[in-house]
Amino acid sequence: MTDISRLIEALKQAEQIEMEGIKVVADELELTVSPLSVLPAVKKVAPEYSVQTFEKPLVKYRGEVSPVRLGNTKAEGGTRNHSITVGGDKTMPFESENPSKPAVAFDVFDMKIPLPSPVRMHFEEVLEDPAEWAKLCVDKYGADMVTIHLISTDPGIKDTTAREAAKTVEDVLQAVKVPMIIGGSGNPDKDPEVLKKAAEAAQGERCLINSVSMNLDYKKIGSACLDNGHAVLSWTQLDINNQKTLNKHLFSIGLKKEDIIMDPTTAPLGYGLEFSFSTMERIRLAALKGDDDLQMPIASGTTNAWGAREAWMKAPEWGDWEKRGPLWEAVTAMSLWLAGCNLFMMICPTSIELFKSMVDVLSSDKKEITDDMNWIGL
Amino acid sequence: MRKKVGSLDIYKYLPKINCKKCGEKTCMAFGSQLIERKVELKDCPHLKRESLKSLEEILAPAVREVVFGELPVSIGGEEVLYRHELTYFNQTAIAIDIHDEMGKEELSKRIKFVNNFSHERIGETLTLQAIAIRNRSGDAAKFEKCVEETAKRTKKALILCSWNFEALNKALEIIGHKKPLIYAATKDTWKEVGGLAVKYNCPVAVFADNDISELKSVVNALQRMGIDDIVVDPGSRLGPCTLQLFVMLRRSAMDEDKVLNRPILGVPAAVYLQGGNGLKEAMAASLMMAKYADLIILHNIEIWALLPILTLRQNLYTDPRRPVRVEAGIKEFGSPDENSPVLLTTNFALTYYTVASDIESAKVDCYLIVLDTDGIGVEAAVAGRQLSASRVKKAIDETGIGKKVRHKKMAIPGLAARISGELEQLCGWKILIGPNDSSDIGKFIEGRWKA
Ligand code: B12
Ligand code: SF4
Repeated sequence: MTDISRLIEALKQAEQIEMEGIKVVADELELTVSPLSVLPAVKKVAPEYSVQTFEKPLVKYRGEVSPVRLGNTKAEGGTRNHSITVGGDKTMPFESENPSKPAVAFDVFDMKIPLPSPVRMHFEEVLEDPAEWAKLCVDKYGADMVTIHLISTDPGIKDTTAREAAKTVEDVLQAVKVPMIIGGSGNPDKDPEVLKKAAEAAQGERCLINSVSMNLDYKKIGSACLDNGHAVLSWTQLDINNQKTLNKHLFSIGLKKEDIIMDPTTAPLGYGLEFSFSTMERIRLAALKGDDDLQMPIASGTTNAWGAREAWMKAPEWGDWEKRGPLWEAVTAMSLWLAGCNLFMMICPTSIELFKSMVDVLSSDKKEITDDMNWIGL
Repeated sequence: MRKKVGSLDIYKYLPKINCKKCGEKTCMAFGSQLIERKVELKDCPHLKRESLKSLEEILAPAVREVVFGELPVSIGGEEVLYRHELTYFNQTAIAIDIHDEMGKEELSKRIKFVNNFSHERIGETLTLQAIAIRNRSGDAAKFEKCVEETAKRTKKALILCSWNFEALNKALEIIGHKKPLIYAATKDTWKEVGGLAVKYNCPVAVFADNDISELKSVVNALQRMGIDDIVVDPGSRLGPCTLQLFVMLRRSAMDEDKVLNRPILGVPAAVYLQGGNGLKEAMAASLMMAKYADLIILHNIEIWALLPILTLRQNLYTDPRRPVRVEAGIKEFGSPDENSPVLLTTNFALTYYTVASDIESAKVDCYLIVLDTDGIGVEAAVAGRQLSASRVKKAIDETGIGKKVRHKKMAIPGLAARISGELEQLCGWKILIGPNDSSDIGKFIEGRWKA
């Protein structure tokens, strides 16, 4: 009897009752329910707004990415105006913290090279003079890092001597006071000597030497970095195991995590970007999960984007080239940043500005694109 | 984290009679294909109802799939956070916006644009999926008229965007049967808008500006109304938090949150309309797609902006499980005869389609030998020996190209120059080294081949 009265009490409060497989055993049962509220049994609860609280899904990692500092100021025994630290990430991008701010370095070449017009137009007057080129990047386009590519040293190009190349490095170091990346020509026979001499010429400035790979004398270059206080770029081609192996070799020479940045190769947008994207994500995940051999910042030769024909071809049917080209490079950078990349070597001032402005919007309080959420009414 | 489904979990529910009707050799094989999502439950005719139900539950993707539109568009249905863990399935759908105060001409220009847009890239036709109609005026009658006009002119999926319940109601009276996506239910309008979703059986988007708890509450309220097809929009202000919200939503789905396991909507158009420009909008679209947007709404329809966006989408949604390759063999271009040039390339889809489109636009009649390099491009295949003199010789023999032409001369890609000497010796053909980039094939044939 008490059960029944409890049921009746409960019914008074219910908006709706759902009966399913009920067997009522009673002599006499009187239920007075208003007919209006008798609904067929549906799998539905009454509409109701109840406040839900969202708890951030926890992500805990064992490992983190070591920070690598580039550029020595006076206090650190160099002549740079500022230094830049890349890496230091503790989670995947935007997981619970924002990713570390990406560093962007402007490409400068030690000789005139063919460039697609949306890039060339910015540098027309300085293409023959790397020091002036670097200055223009810093003074006009606000570069906070510069890469000098010593491509003229390639025996198949001009075969410039290592000594002359070192002189170029000195000139550029004189001309601009930002942290510097020093790149060879990619010739595996010549690069070790060129990069060694360049490293010596830049002693104490803490440059990034670009690069060592499996198919050249990495010991020679690595040791030159150690002896002259530089960091080194460890370059492999979209292969995590190779990347690990090369890093181990570098450790065994005596380089530390704080001295190494990895370049797992940038295949540009539309031309294998998915390989680079996933390789970077996998490297970063492995690092966070505790793989000691991969806990270094990641770099991208984003300029490769201009190798995609949608970037370098004028092709009017694909729309305004002066927007399409730079956008191609900027989108390549943006997507790799979201895969975990930390350092971007880029070439077009328009792309760089666009990329940096989006990074600012996403990672600082700068509210350029803003508050009015009423996009329907705009 | 979600537990990975094993084939034994599935096998339990299969008929275990190995009848092969599904196209697989055994029920076990069918089970593992189910996990890979390469076959569907309906491919097995012998499943019992209860088993079907259990299997559907086990196999339900981490992110619920939502289908909308007259020409149906599927979004969501994703299983993993990172594409290398399996693959991403449903490409981010792209909608272009129009509004109810747009001039007639512009309106029809934009609708036509979406209808007709297509771009061929690596053997795939890239298109736009939807039109988002904004109730810019705030007026219900105007909106209704614009929706009606638009629906007459397109079969593309529609998204009805209004904060005004009355406007949505009127629009749905006309096109409710076409299954548009209703945008948006908020904490103030969920009951009414949810009512419309139920009445017209249409999917609905939930909007909560920058507040996942609020988003979750509204989705929960809609779920209680029996609505399952829900899309979530956490706001596209692009502050420091936007991407974090996207990432947290997707992580929650992977952690089996049964409220927030929904396709995500991003609105790059908001970036454009709030004082941005086409470049910024394209960047916003890119970053949203890279971090889990399943549907985006764009304003700018300039081709220079759409190309990188569509290309990024194509890249991200490439299935990492199978190298994109084409069939090996001889391909004929134009109407080649016994004097026509013979060219060589690889069966990597990107390489093949690039070369094919260059040959087509150069309008040369020729034979193209597509070498089986395991789907690897020229340079990497030379390095990895899939493009070697002996493999090319084998292809020459097997394709019987020697019987189709009277000469014995073949052009190879410039980037494969290294193998030319060995190849010449091995097969006795004269090998010409072509340009590095196939866009110069026309010039090359005119000049070097004919010389
Ligand atoms: C993506 C890529 C990969 C992908 C390959 C994906 C695939 N399915 O091909 C992966 C990650 C698997 C890979 C692996 C390797 N790669 Co790799 N890879 C690249 C990368 C980044 C892009 C290559 C590409 O896709 N290009 C785009 C396609 C469309 O170009 P393509 O096939 O050459 O076609 C063009 C031309 O050849 C020409 N063409 C084509 N056919 C024809 C026909 C005629 C008649 C003519 C005239 C022209 C022509 O026109 C086409 C359009 O421009 C390049 C670096 C770069 N160049 O940017 C390195 C690169 C090719 N790889 C390289 C190497 C060494 C390797 C590995 C050996 C090393 C490793 N990482 O383990 C392996 C080998 C794998 C194998 N063979 O099994 C080297 C090759 C060096 C060399 N010259 O020998 C490169 C150049 C990187 C480098 N700078 O060191 N790689
Ligand atoms: S059709 Fe069904 S019963 Fe027959 S083999 Fe396939 S899974 Fe087994």
